[in-house]
Amino acid sequence: MNEISQRRVISVIVINESSVLSRITDLFSARGYNIESLTVAPIPESKYSRLTIVTSGSLRVSEQITKQLHKLIPILKVIEHEDIVEKEMALVKFSLDEDISAIDTLAQAYNGKIVNVGDNSVIAMVADESKRVGNFLKAIQKYNPKEIVRSGAVALER
Amino acid sequence: MQISGAQMVIEALIKEGVDTVFGYPGGAIMNVYDEIYKQDGFEHILTRHEQAAIHAAEGYSKISGKVGVAMITSGPGFTNAVTGLADAYMDSVPLVVISGQVPMTLIGTDAFQEIDSVGISRSCTKHNYLVTDAADLPRILKEAFYIANSGRPGPVHVDIPKDVTAQIAEFDYDFEVELETYKPTTKGNYRQIKKAVDAIANASRPLFYLGGGIINSNASDEIRELVKLTGIPAVETFMARGVLGHENPLLISMLGMHGSYAANMAMSETDLVIGIGARFDDRVTGKLSEFAKNAGVIHVDIDPASISKLVKANYPIVGDVKSVVNDMTTIAREKVDKQRYEPWLETIANFERLHPLSYNEDTPNLKPQWVIEKVGEMLGDNANISTDVGQHQMWTAQFYPFSRPRQFSSSGGLGTMGFGFPSAIGVKKADKERVSINFTGDGSILMNIQELMTSVEKKLPVINIILNNNYLGMVRQWQTLFYNKRHSETDLSTQPDFVKLAESFGGVGYVVRTKKEFEDALNDAIKKDVVALIDVKIERLENVMPMVPAGGSLFNMMLENKGDK
Ligand SMILES: Cc1cc2nc3c(=O)[nH]c(=O)nc-3n(C[C@H](O)[C@H](O)[C@H](O)COP(=O)(O)OP(=O)(O)OC[C@H]3O[C@@H](n4cnc5c(N)ncnc54)[C@H](O)[C@@H]3O)c2cc1C
Ligand SMILES: Cc1ncc(C[n+]2csc(CCOP(=O)(O)OP(=O)(O)O)c2C)c(N)n1
Ligand SMILES: [Mg+2]
Repeated sequence: MNEISQRRVISVIVINESSVLSRITDLFSARGYNIESLTVAPIPESKYSRLTIVTSGSLRVSEQITKQLHKLIPILKVIEHEDIVEKEMALVKFSLDEDISAIDTLAQAYNGKIVNVGDNSVIAMVADESKRVGNFLKAIQKYNPKEIVRSGAVALER
Repeated sequence: MQISGAQMVIEALIKEGVDTVFGYPGGAIMNVYDEIYKQDGFEHILTRHEQAAIHAAEGYSKISGKVGVAMITSGPGFTNAVTGLADAYMDSVPLVVISGQVPMTLIGTDAFQEIDSVGISRSCTKHNYLVTDAADLPRILKEAFYIANSGRPGPVHVDIPKDVTAQIAEFDYDFEVELETYKPTTKGNYRQIKKAVDAIANASRPLFYLGGGIINSNASDEIRELVKLTGIPAVETFMARGVLGHENPLLISMLGMHGSYAANMAMSETDLVIGIGARFDDRVTGKLSEFAKNAGVIHVDIDPASISKLVKANYPIVGDVKSVVNDMTTIAREKVDKQRYEPWLETIANFERLHPLSYNEDTPNLKPQWVIEKVGEMLGDNANISTDVGQHQMWTAQFYPFSRPRQFSSSGGLGTMGFGFPSAIGVKKADKERVSINFTGDGSILMNIQELMTSVEKKLPVINIILNNNYLGMVRQWQTLFYNKRHSETDLSTQPDFVKLAESFGGVGYVVRTKKEFEDALNDAIKKDVVALIDVKIERLENVMPMVPAGGSLFNMMLENKGDK
């Protein structure tokens, strides 16, 4: 039961110092844990940053990840989320030759819209749960996306 | 007080009570060495290789219980030290290692002797720092000592660019370390401890599984008391040798790959493992799914990540051994009836009678086990013991009569050949009253042989007892057993003249083939009180037995020592 691999979202509060990110990514690679996505940004008006890491593993592995992260000296808190609001953003570039209004309608269904129109391309943005962002990216395949960028998930406990 | 970064290093070390620094100078650390020249607060021991400086600091720390300190230069000085850092990390040895770095202005330019030291040491230290401003040095050095020696101990690396050692800034060392993000738990949860003692009181076949964390915690006396009070038998890991002392009637022996039959059978038959400061290493558990299969598990450890990492704990207790064991003892006084475990002790006595740790003197050549027992008989508690890595190391763990904690310094987790000799130099520095013995192999001794010079120069005599089998014996043993005797690149028939080698450095050497020659050589070496190499020609094909083949179950041991015959 402990060995079933599952997607897990972990938030990490760290002291904002230069080497802290490599301490964390080194730990993941040294111990063979995988990172699906990782986002970092400073927490406003504090000396801390907040990371959101999406990983996968069994309960045993994820317990170890949490404990090993805790052992890093500049880490203040490690939160393994149970009940969360999770959002991720994606930007997708399309040729102007595609059906732009269809793309816009689709984007709106995923909390998004067209955010930029250039000489020969447009960029659509969506912001939604990671799984739904994935669905959106599947749905727009038929419009031949030229480039796709995903931000990685950010999460807050309810 | 306004002083330079280099002066700060000296002042901080003195304020930390450091009396010995092991090291090796070079360009980037020269400002600090200039200050070492001017001071007399501590002694600097120049080893002849940076790796040896770290191992010496480890030996010093393991025997004294203090933080070991080493100092090295940038680039190759640092990379030479990496094996030592990794060794200390695996065995939870508290060290502060200070390295020079190229000036800040040159960092990132592939400067002469520049290497990303903190990038390299990150994965083999408890914590590390790159100091970018001399004003931070007092805080960083104080934190380094605090982190190294609190919680689960470990090495801390401080990398200081050359211009920072020249920079003048304010030095004030009178403050308390306040680390908001690092607060190790030392006091165990009392309710959880109570539940654990209840489980002990209700168990029929409980077993203490004692680890190196007890020595880290300086809690051997408390453990001895708890074991005596409860009458529960105990096994020790390799890292815990000396915790109970060889005369303790409740000590079975070491368990694990080369543990005794009785220790491993006890672990296989127990219904409650009481793990204290031990980390369920794979050399100990063998096949995990078969390890203590029908037992509940109590696990006391200061590092939460050690608990349920490999074996699920039913009673996890995060805390310092000393504090937790004191609580356990108080509760156990009321609850535990030692008579309850008498049938279990009978069972164990039967295991011990069935296959005691033993060896046969069935060849004309000396047996390594005899040599170790003989040293035990001649010196016993009067010696501190280091080892290198290989068969001789396992025989030492099996056959030396350890009587106290901090008597033994060996590389357990990393298994670093070359550890023994420099360790024994550090050991001698920490305890000059006792004889510092290094049990070594003909392979390992050559990995830090240059330390003959340090030993002679600093008058830190070490007696190296080379259990010479003309083989990389431990590897040869596996080749014999698991590779159909294809002894690939393990034959060391080509050998130096160890006597001349020792003499050329100003030490003494002996070649020994008989029991009498061995006793005479050891007595003479003790009397001469200079570094010694005793080249003991032993039976070449002796195997370390018993043995649990890698990945096998503890109850499936190979018992017989058939050698290659
Ligand atoms: C060739 C070879 C063969 C080996 N064969 C064997 C073998 O047969 N048997 C064997 O036992 N070993 C063997 N070893 C050694 C083995 O590799 C490990 O080093 C050893 O088993 C680990 O011992 P330990 O569990 O006591 O842990 P240690 O490495 O000593 O770890 C200490 C544990 O205690 C915790 N701790 C530290 N301080 C405290 C404190 N104050 N309070 C509470 N907890 C604390 C730490 O967090 C850690 O979990 C062998 C090594 C080699 C090189
Ligand atoms: C630095 C290093 N290299 C390689 C090994 C692998 N190894 C483990 S034991 C051993 C043989 C040691 O030979 P020796 O020192 O003669 O000891 P013996 O086993 O013969 O007693 C080797 C090569 C190691 N542990 N450390
Ligand atoms: Mg050998």
